[in-house]
Amino acid sequence: MKDPAISIQDLHVSYFGNEAVKGVSLSVDTGNLVGIIGPNGAGKSTFLKAMLNLIPKDKGAVKVLGRPITEVRKSIAYVPQRNDIDWDFPITVLDAVLIGTYPHLKLFRRPKKKDKEWAKECLQRVGMQELSKRQIGELSGGQQQRVFLARALAQKADLFFLDEPFVGVDVSSEETIVNILKELCRQGKTVIVVHHDLSKANDYFNQLILLNKELISFGTVEEVFKPEVISKAYQGQFTFMKEIGVTL
Amino acid sequence: MAFIEAVMQYGFLQKALLTSVMVGIICGVIGCFIILRGMALMGDAISHAVLPGVAISYMLGVNFFFGAVISGVITAIAIGFVSQNSRIKHDTSIGIMFTAAFASGIIIITMLKSSTDLYHILFGNVLAVRSSDMWITLGISLIVLGAVYLFYKELLVTSFDPTMGAAYGLPVRFIHYFLMTLLTMVTVASLQTVGIVLVVAMLITPAAAAYLLTERLWVMIFLASGIGVISSITGLYFSFTYNLASGATIVISSTAIFILVFLFSPKHGLIWKTLKVKKKRASLV
Repeated sequence: MKDPAISIQDLHVSYFGNEAVKGVSLSVDTGNLVGIIGPNGAGKSTFLKAMLNLIPKDKGAVKVLGRPITEVRKSIAYVPQRNDIDWDFPITVLDAVLIGTYPHLKLFRRPKKKDKEWAKECLQRVGMQELSKRQIGELSGGQQQRVFLARALAQKADLFFLDEPFVGVDVSSEETIVNILKELCRQGKTVIVVHHDLSKANDYFNQLILLNKELISFGTVEEVFKPEVISKAYQGQFTFMKEIGVTL
Repeated sequence: MAFIEAVMQYGFLQKALLTSVMVGIICGVIGCFIILRGMALMGDAISHAVLPGVAISYMLGVNFFFGAVISGVITAIAIGFVSQNSRIKHDTSIGIMFTAAFASGIIIITMLKSSTDLYHILFGNVLAVRSSDMWITLGISLIVLGAVYLFYKELLVTSFDPTMGAAYGLPVRFIHYFLMTLLTMVTVASLQTVGIVLVVAMLITPAAAAYLLTERLWVMIFLASGIGVISSITGLYFSFTYNLASGATIVISSTAIFILVFLFSPKHGLIWKTLKVKKKRASLV
């Protein structure tokens, strides 16, 4: 049997003793497009970062493709939240995408012509080839997010992790991004997305992780995206429930 | 022109010129990473923090290079330790640690009763550079330039997007302390030319001017070094001709270049920006 893309056993994370993620266990099979949803402060980004071992965890084991994450880092692409990036950094669009080829370059090696061609191809896939010489801060929010998706594509990864990719992004960019993510899944890649907006969660993903510090529910969209399940995570947040058509 | 003749004639001036040119180059290179990582204050801190190391080296009679690197790196670690393990913010932690290091340095030097040395360490005196200092500076320059050339990729990623770097397996924290070590070495090399107090200006002013001139990191690095070199030569000229403190003249030269760039940079300069806004508004009338 094939190893799951990610398996998590009893994951706990805290900040100075305040628990942000409590005892999450789950396992995601390859080829899925998974949304992590939950109310503000539910620990969605923390959960994503802890999964990738980017922040220390208190307890728990994470395996990626059946192996410890330190052994498979190069097959992981991570797209950070947009406000984690310094958009005034002196770097052009193409050079930012070219960074995606770095994980596979040996120490002391520079990207070669074929790496640049590949970066251009990735830019083309997100429809940004015309702006390749611009400085990244000159782009709109949606264009910036597409550049970072192109960088992730350039990494030729097996797993893609995106932290809130649709915040401050225009409708057509959002559509482009979603289509590419769906295509990646068809190619057998696994995509995990932190997503704050419930309204489109059922269109975008085929599996959902519903989180509110604890794991509230995990399964296919049909299983999770039900009023009685969602309301467990959004206790008392009536506006959200109205949005998805829950009446109390 | 008397300056050029004097350079041809006097060995001490040749040494001063070579040393300050090298310092201009490496300060520009490291300065780019310092300002892009938002660590200008850290540059100031590390430069002050080498003082106790320098003092203890004098006391023990060893080369001050080793003491300086050790006390610089210890201070960098202490700063990181305090800000990561308490609610104290990073800039506050920097302020606490580097003043503590600097103060202990002053006490040690006063105990040694050699205030003239203190003056030179604090403010630099490039015209008194000895051959051994010049060779140390050359050695440091080769190490710094070699390290930046070889680890350019890693430095670029961890400056631009450290989380992505960590996600694909770069030792982000190690790279930070590696850069701090390079920074300390640059500071040591700069002691003779501009002195501890003004090193930070050589680190950030040329890099900041370069930052306003380009959208590519490697271009910025070359520009910053170039501006550093021009500042060093101009500063040395004024220092020699008018008998002024070399550190101060070098720093003022770089400030003058920064002001020119700030006003006239083609894309980010104040004047072009203002003109563009005016033109746009006029076209809408």
